[in-house]
Amino acid sequence: MTVAGSVAEDRVAVASNWKLVWWRFRRHHLAMASGVLLIFLYMIVIAPDFFATQDPERTDARQAFIPVQTIHLFDDGRLAPWVPAIVGKRNPVTLRMEWTTDPKKKVPVRFFAAGFSWRLLGLIPTTIHLVAPVDPNQRIFLLGSDRLGRDQWSRIMHGTQTSMTVGLVAVALSVVLGVVLGGISGYVGGKTDQVIQRIIELLQSVPTIPIWLALSAALPRDWTPIQVFFAITVILSLVGWTTLGREVRGRFLALREEDFVLAARLAGCSRMRIILRHMVPTFLSHIIATSSLAIPVMIINETSLSFLGLGIRPPAISWGVLLQEAQNIQTLALAPWLLIPGLVVIVAVLAFNLVGDGLRDAADPYSH
Amino acid sequence: MALDRPMAVASTLRPLLSVRNLRVSFALDEGLVRAVDGTSFDVMPGQVLGVVGESGCGKSVTMRAILQLVERPGRITAGEIHFRRRPPNGGDEDSAETVDIARLPPRGPVMRDIRGGEIALIPQEPMAAFSPVHTVGDQIVEAILLHGQRWQEGGRKLTRREARDITVGLFRDVGISMPEQRIDAFSWQLSGGLRQRAMIAMALSCKPRLLIADEPTTAIDVTTQAQVLALLRDLQARHGTAIIFITHDLGVIAQMASYVVVMYLGRVMEEGPVDDIFHAPRHPYTRALLRSIPSLYGETRVALPVISGALPHPFNRPPGCPFHPRCPDVMTKCPGAVPSLQPVGTSQLASCFLHHDVVDAG
Amino acid sequence: MSGTAAASSPPLLEVRGLQKFFPITRGFLQRVVGHVRAVDGVDFTLAEGETLGLVGESGCGKTTASRCILRAIDPTGGSILYRTRDGRTVDLATLAPRELLPLRAEIQMIFQDPFGSLNPRMTLLDNVGEPLLVNGMGNRRERADRVAELLRLVGLRPEFMHRFPHAFSGGQRQRIGIARALATNPRLVVADEPVSALDVSIQAQVLNLLLELQARLKLTFLFVAHDLSVVRHISDRIAVMYVGQLVELARTDALFRRPQHPYTAALMRAVPAADPRVRSDDAILAGEVPSPAAPPQGCYFNPRCRHAQQRCRVEAPALREIAPGHFSRCHFAGEMEF
Repeated sequence: MTVAGSVAEDRVAVASNWKLVWWRFRRHHLAMASGVLLIFLYMIVIAPDFFATQDPERTDARQAFIPVQTIHLFDDGRLAPWVPAIVGKRNPVTLRMEWTTDPKKKVPVRFFAAGFSWRLLGLIPTTIHLVAPVDPNQRIFLLGSDRLGRDQWSRIMHGTQTSMTVGLVAVALSVVLGVVLGGISGYVGGKTDQVIQRIIELLQSVPTIPIWLALSAALPRDWTPIQVFFAITVILSLVGWTTLGREVRGRFLALREEDFVLAARLAGCSRMRIILRHMVPTFLSHIIATSSLAIPVMIINETSLSFLGLGIRPPAISWGVLLQEAQNIQTLALAPWLLIPGLVVIVAVLAFNLVGDGLRDAADPYSH
Repeated sequence: MALDRPMAVASTLRPLLSVRNLRVSFALDEGLVRAVDGTSFDVMPGQVLGVVGESGCGKSVTMRAILQLVERPGRITAGEIHFRRRPPNGGDEDSAETVDIARLPPRGPVMRDIRGGEIALIPQEPMAAFSPVHTVGDQIVEAILLHGQRWQEGGRKLTRREARDITVGLFRDVGISMPEQRIDAFSWQLSGGLRQRAMIAMALSCKPRLLIADEPTTAIDVTTQAQVLALLRDLQARHGTAIIFITHDLGVIAQMASYVVVMYLGRVMEEGPVDDIFHAPRHPYTRALLRSIPSLYGETRVALPVISGALPHPFNRPPGCPFHPRCPDVMTKCPGAVPSLQPVGTSQLASCFLHHDVVDAG
Repeated sequence: MSGTAAASSPPLLEVRGLQKFFPITRGFLQRVVGHVRAVDGVDFTLAEGETLGLVGESGCGKTTASRCILRAIDPTGGSILYRTRDGRTVDLATLAPRELLPLRAEIQMIFQDPFGSLNPRMTLLDNVGEPLLVNGMGNRRERADRVAELLRLVGLRPEFMHRFPHAFSGGQRQRIGIARALATNPRLVVADEPVSALDVSIQAQVLNLLLELQARLKLTFLFVAHDLSVVRHISDRIAVMYVGQLVELARTDALFRRPQHPYTAALMRAVPAADPRVRSDDAILAGEVPSPAAPPQGCYFNPRCRHAQQRCRVEAPALREIAPGHFSRCHFAGEMEF
């Protein structure tokens, strides 16, 4: 771009790398939409109880397998949100309660209304919720209930918190491991490089599922859900850093040969300054793109592990734990809405992948 | 027969390739780049046409357009590319059919036949043009088998053995020593010079009517360049193939071309016989370009006459004559109108208001 | 011009028997099976204020030699004697990295690729000002003033300092690279093919700028290039390299008037003259440049030399002085016309 000229050009001329990346990413509409969705999901991560309508642990065997109660915004043309009430009838053969919704009976609900009390970030006590029934004694099941009569909507909100956090933390750990070990491998070279590369090859050649099984089986049964949660995260990232480590090493090797890195060396820059000021910023955007593509893999891994009963265990809630409820074919026939957590996984993974693709395309604004 | 003779003379004077008002644009996110903006020139049979210009002058895009190889988001938006095809079944030149390449579907059978069959390309980087997983010989043998009828009178198909013998002959022809061994080499096993020779052999394998050499010596060293240039001159003299020789190196142009087209920002600035271009340039751009290069004879360590300013960015084409912001002889009318390419003197054409007042209508 | 004046004073740089070998390794254990003698026998001096052109074809070792002098890579052998600003003479070839650091400001480099040599993520201020920053020259304000001055010096507007490299054309970026090289007031500037990536109409601008800056700032240039016409235009003296060796060294006019090495002569003949009336087609140098991993016996040039005799095939010639200041690595230099 020449330097003569318009305001638009001047804007480009003084635009930093991050601005250029952002401008390119913005043109990617699908990625932008997915980004908004992810922001929404992480809002749930921050305050799942705000979105929940009930305590996710509240059980009531009498209210098992309640079907989905859809929110209706208008009543007789007026804005007055409601959900249809549920009516139960005992099956004379199985003697089970069978629930159906009755749109004639309306349970009025309100947005941003008071409900059960919870603490924002575990600190600030509040009772405000996104949706709450007008009558606080009334229970509503926006996505139905499971065999113990727990509200699936609320449980998905809490599952989102766990699963999305596991993905993020596991990738963050992988990035730290990958950048440090890959960076050392690429920058120091020689014997160190050889050793790290052999370790990566070893880790990559071991089949992942047995590794997980073995590691998870080794977790003491008496650990608290929080401990298990962190252990699972560490296990996932221990296996997951290798790809990133390889990529970082490759970038280091390529960057070492770049003219501007040599120029910095000849200017008298220290090794640390070259790495931090010249090399890391150059591949940071790539690492972010790679990480955002790694998060969905971690989410899937966590979900699979938990689904198999080897990952996060009840009473902790994750998407995988929720899907465990849908393992039984009979339950599925009776309560197909228990598959909804699977849908959530698909949407979240797709969103991450689309954002990752968009970031990857936008990551290098200087390709000419 | 008596009637044939004057016609035959006439047909050799008819251009083999005639580009008229060619426009190629690239619709990029940032804006429209008019890479080729109304280019016209002719290539006579057996002529070596030199196309010279700096980066962004559209010389390579023009050649890609001639081969219908312009890739999206690029598009030929206007103009004609008339190419006189090979006469069918060895008939004489008058039975040759002329097609407008600009109107042909890029992937159609006619274009596929022309590309590689009648117009061959020698690219700048032969490393990229050869597949690394097949031997160089195999790739040329494939090309010969594909366009086999050129080597065979009558319709009989060539055998692989015959195609291989032809390839060995081609290798010998382009001065590759030990052709029987080299034919089984992979492109990455050959040196830069040998690779470019192999590429020339590949281009010749279809006995083209027109050879497009796109900066064929830019990536190789000067002594190797001298060898390749001598080879091309020799092949041209023996086979009489027309060549379009694209380069930014004025020395190479002076030594290779008989007729020169000077391009700047997608337009032809000046064209004429090589001697006139170098010794009586008409366009201020040609003059400035010739003055600005250091020679092996001039005074050393003195300031060279320069062309002021920088090449404009493709999104910021200057209005009017594209060269006017850098032109030492700029006049008041230059920013307002695009000069058309008009005859100047007896043998040259120039698009400059110093010499005529004809405004380009397109 | 300045070459004769400086000849009497001690040289700024003296390179003696410079060598750089790269090991050829093979197999899982990275066993060394041989060496590529990228640079093997380069001797020259460089007087203060002069320009020495280092020419040769790709793979001749000219870039490796220049990187050794910059200590971007460590030489295998030989010495690189440099006279520092405070009058000491040090051997750059053996200096420890810590001792080298203060000398970095005195020896700078201009790169070939104007796109790769600037950090795209830093503004001109940060790019050009970095050598000042890491050498502890001035505070933020002073650095900005110095960058403005440098940009003006290379013909760019100081207001551009807050822009990023992507806003500039190739020629402008090359000017920015030159500004960065000059930031620390260097005495020796190694220019590695500084104009070969530029368009023809931009080359002349940059060559003129280099000549002007040299005159104004009393710079000493080691100008590495493959283009003989460019090297001839800018150099006081020229050194020609072939397969890692320096084969001829002479003043520019003497070299072009009467080359004393057949390779130099062949190189000159190979340059296509930008004049259709001068036909340069006789006696093209045949064959290929030998590999520096397995150079031929005797004179490295003998397989391609049309004057080669039995002696050339067995005995390696030494670099010797044919006439005052004119060196050649040919047995028959001074006796034969090439």
